[in-house]
Amino acid sequence: MARTRYAPDRGLTVRMTVTMFLLGLVFVAFVAAIIGILTAVHASGAAIVLFALIFGGGSAIASLFYSDKIALSAAGARVVTPKDAPELHAIVDRLCALADMDKPRVAIAPTAMPNAFATGRNSKNSVLCVTDGLLRSGLDTEELEGVLAHELSHVAHKDVQVMTVASLLAIVAGLLVRFAFYSELFGGGRRSSNNNQGGIPVVLIIMAVSVVVYAVSFLLIRVLSRYRELAADRSGALLTGQPSKLASALTKVSQGMSRIPNEDLRAAEPLNAFYFAPAMKLTRGGGGGGGGGRNGGGGPSLSQLFSTHPSLEKRLEQLAKIQRELGQPTAGGLSAGPGD
Amino acid sequence: MGFLDTLLGRTKPVQPKLDDLFALPSAAITLQASTGFVPTGSGSVCFRSVEGKTFSDIESEVRDLLNMDAGKPGGGLPVEVTRDSYGYTWLVSSHLSDELDALVTDLHAVNSALADNGFGPQLLCTLVAFRDERERRLALVYLYKRGTFYPFAPLSGKERDNALEIQVKNALGDDLKIEQDLTRWFPVWGAPGM
Repeated sequence: MARTRYAPDRGLTVRMTVTMFLLGLVFVAFVAAIIGILTAVHASGAAIVLFALIFGGGSAIASLFYSDKIALSAAGARVVTPKDAPELHAIVDRLCALADMDKPRVAIAPTAMPNAFATGRNSKNSVLCVTDGLLRSGLDTEELEGVLAHELSHVAHKDVQVMTVASLLAIVAGLLVRFAFYSELFGGGRRSSNNNQGGIPVVLIIMAVSVVVYAVSFLLIRVLSRYRELAADRSGALLTGQPSKLASALTKVSQGMSRIPNEDLRAAEPLNAFYFAPAMKLTRGGGGGGGGGRNGGGGPSLSQLFSTHPSLEKRLEQLAKIQRELGQPTAGGLSAGPGD
Repeated sequence: MGFLDTLLGRTKPVQPKLDDLFALPSAAITLQASTGFVPTGSGSVCFRSVEGKTFSDIESEVRDLLNMDAGKPGGGLPVEVTRDSYGYTWLVSSHLSDELDALVTDLHAVNSALADNGFGPQLLCTLVAFRDERERRLALVYLYKRGTFYPFAPLSGKERDNALEIQVKNALGDDLKIEQDLTRWFPVWGAPGM
């Protein structure tokens, strides 16, 4: 086993594992609760649950399968050939050779906001997109390379797949709330005959459970998203060996973002999860009820709790740490273990 | 990358494959016999520098190591160090045309020095230059992470002689591990040592 300088970040790994475990736990609890409710009352609510599962699962699979096309058309981006953008392709070529990964398609979006994203259902079908704004934002070649390395790490970590699976629960729960609400609205007349022993309509219970599940999983997904951004920063910096270049790119891009008018940001918001830097500082209120309650502890601020990206300070802090690790003399030796 | 590493977002930097490089001298003989291309005697190693003093120390150590034999019979010229516009460092080693073995040994010394110090993942490619009597240029590029070679034949401007590349690929199929995925045959325009 060759010596490795690239020790995995234990803390990040642990935090990510815990988050995913909690998501799984919520999922199991959700399924158990729904099954419990249905078997307890033998109600016709099963149809609603089934609908939500089919619709939710179907839309998740479809959005995963077409993620590259959806994202490209949402961003108005076009795929460019090596002839169109030789510099960009040359950087991606070299990074892919360093990382031994398949080269994604490269696209440019005609947006003034400096940003980049990568998406696609697998490495063969992935696409890496940068905006015009990023190419014109005065980043030097190595800073641009840092941004691209971050995005390639998202591809290598299969973040689109992971986040799709993670959001599945929230999608289904969200649909259940809506379906239950409508069935209550329109089927309200039958309520007295359809009622169970307890007196509370089944749909209302399902709705309540779903709201809680939606809120909790929404928060967990955001936490997971932030950890995966940190992981992509880390891998990207290790790939190029230049954490400070990525750090300066991050700083420049974040500064560029704040100067851009609001319309642009709102148009870009659906793609936020895959962006290099968040296009919006605050998310809209969806699921805010659950979040507000959790936020009472005086911990992180509300906007941080809902953010898809870690704060700039956190990301710079991590990069500074990597810089120190890479600079350690050989004799001191970083973890030379099996790298696990 | 394993399932768990993917799930946890941990990329293991890819370690280079170093040994396949030694197939080059015998492949060069085949190449000359079938296409008329002969080695120019120069070759280069391309790697991504890491910021910080540790890496630059190792870099200069490697340079000193290679320069120890410079000027002696079979020792070649002193190495040239260039940094390209993408931030990659190229160490160019120049020997006589018939000293391919010595050249490969030099290149391998760079590889193992970096790998031994834990910087193996930074190695990008190595390049050995060839010419034919019509002065056409050709390079065999070795991809460290794949352990494979591909031909690169630049024409004037930013054009590649794809026909020649395919011809070389077919000629060397038995001697070298040729990269089968053509999307990985990336151009190295203006590479030092060509």
